[in-house]
Amino acid sequence: MYVAQSSAEWERIEHTSAFKELMQSKKAFIVPATIFFLAFYMGLPILTGFTTWLNGPVIGAITWAYVYAFAQFIMTWTLLHLYVSWANRWDELVDQARREAAGAPANADARGEG
Amino acid sequence: MQTDDIVALIFFVAVILLTLGVTYWAAKRNVGASSHYVAGGQITGWQNGLAISGDYLSAASFLGIAGAIALSGFSGFYLSIGYLVAYLTVLLLVAEPLRNLGKYTLADMLTTRFNARGVRAASALNTIAISTFYMIAQLVGAGALIALLLPFMPPTLSIILVGILMTVYVVAGGMVATTWIQIIKAVLLVTATIALTIAVLAQFSFNPLTVFNEVQAQAGREMVIPPPPETFGSGLDTVSLFLALVLGTAGLPHILIRFLTVPDAKTARSSIVWAVWIIGGFYLLTPIIGYGATLLVGREAIANQDPAGNVAAPQLAAALGGPAFLGFISAVAFATIVAVVAGLVISASGAFAHDFYNNVLRRGEASESEQFRAARIASAGVAIGSIILALSFQGLNVAFLVALAFGVAASANVPVILLTIFWKKFNTAGAVTGMLTGLISSVGLTFLSPNILGDAALYPLEQPPAIFSVPLGFLGCYLGTLLGGRAAEEEQRTGKQVSYEEIYVRANTGISDVEEELETAETETQTT
Repeated sequence: MYVAQSSAEWERIEHTSAFKELMQSKKAFIVPATIFFLAFYMGLPILTGFTTWLNGPVIGAITWAYVYAFAQFIMTWTLLHLYVSWANRWDELVDQARREAAGAPANADARGEG
Repeated sequence: MQTDDIVALIFFVAVILLTLGVTYWAAKRNVGASSHYVAGGQITGWQNGLAISGDYLSAASFLGIAGAIALSGFSGFYLSIGYLVAYLTVLLLVAEPLRNLGKYTLADMLTTRFNARGVRAASALNTIAISTFYMIAQLVGAGALIALLLPFMPPTLSIILVGILMTVYVVAGGMVATTWIQIIKAVLLVTATIALTIAVLAQFSFNPLTVFNEVQAQAGREMVIPPPPETFGSGLDTVSLFLALVLGTAGLPHILIRFLTVPDAKTARSSIVWAVWIIGGFYLLTPIIGYGATLLVGREAIANQDPAGNVAAPQLAAALGGPAFLGFISAVAFATIVAVVAGLVISASGAFAHDFYNNVLRRGEASESEQFRAARIASAGVAIGSIILALSFQGLNVAFLVALAFGVAASANVPVILLTIFWKKFNTAGAVTGMLTGLISSVGLTFLSPNILGDAALYPLEQPPAIFSVPLGFLGCYLGTLLGGRAAEEEQRTGKQVSYEEIYVRANTGISDVEEELETAETETQTT
């Protein structure tokens, strides 16, 4: 049975400790980051669509609405770079998972020298 | 013809010659289906980042947002925010899994999991619907714009000219030419935007705050605050627009296929970094350009030229730098339109030739050369079809069509993409039901809205109906899975669906051939 056999090999990778760590690490970043950015983003239309709370001036003619809007830019750039720095660690975990699934002891290879 | 027209014409001809030169160079490298659809997957991170920016910053962004801010102030900036934050949805949830599972089209990603022609056909239908709305908008916009900037050109002739150009680019040069045209366009657009911003700021002692203060003093306080909340419906409309914008980008096929042109997920990631900085920097400057137009051109003069304010940016350029600057900005706007249209043609031709012809009709058995020929024929067909549609819809509001495309993308594509990656129990019936529910509800509600029916509207809101149609799309996926077809486990046993373990591991690691990967890893371990 080709299907069953192939599925077993995927499971071999899935069951490595490196893959489990990868998925834990991904969830630890992506879930809170997504909830945060969606809430922060939707806060603007909810506040401007239903209230006038953001109409007050901050500096000169710059209103709180503009400050909130510019903050969305800062949030986007910040989360972008946080994601990239987490993702670089994920690349290493993917490599580890491959080696682990192939039968090598975890962490033994990259560090050990020939 | 006046001198001003001649200056503008010289810039236009320069842009056309440059892009045709690129196409001639790229045509030699366009040798098969893979190079036609995804440039052989050999685009680098910064190249793809610039190309994404070039694909994304359409005429609606450059001209539309500047005009909206110039005429109505803060609410025009809504689009800038939504279009940018949308990249977080793309980056955090969609880009890397899509790169890891896909091949040429969005449907390829879904059918990596579901071995069903119905899924592919429904996905191709969505791609064609979204690309068509988007493309008509660009072509109609091009016609109106060129008519305003080059008064001696009738709109019909402009639409046909843009149509012929994009056919040449895509049929001869494929994705390689399209990518480079988008890169050139992105560089031109960023240069033009920075030049305009500096020219505006120079009038206000290089202090952005002065621009805001002057707008408040001269045009009134309503220019710097959000439009007042009137009814519950108007508030809901704003929320619905924001929802369509933040989710829509993650379902736009012509943006998503750009992640298939890079060799791996790491490069996809770095291309988003480039794109988000370029796109964000661009949108951050839109208030300066918009308010600059309010102050230096005047709202009356802008609205007289075009009621939607679509030529506010070129008018500003003329006020600041005379005919030469106007010619440059106009040529950039033209390059913007052809680059976006070329990307749309590629994605729609993929849905026709790769999804419908090769995989649905020929059951995946067309030869490489048949596929390549089909791709080119489909590209020419899509281009001709959209020219005809654009000619017959010339009166339609451009911004409305673009918003419609975002609404459809958010409702019809995003639920199915997310659930294919993240939901273990998802099945074929759920995928098809979800895609069709999202498509029908988003298009249907739009056609029942005041935009089409006026006072007789059955659905009251004017913005994209995402607030209803996105949940309906998810609900369609869920109910379809629950009520229709067979359970995911049974589909996996009979080969209608690959195991979720495979999707889970592939989407998260980029490993596509497990046996080969394990062998390579084994050899590597043995040598160390």
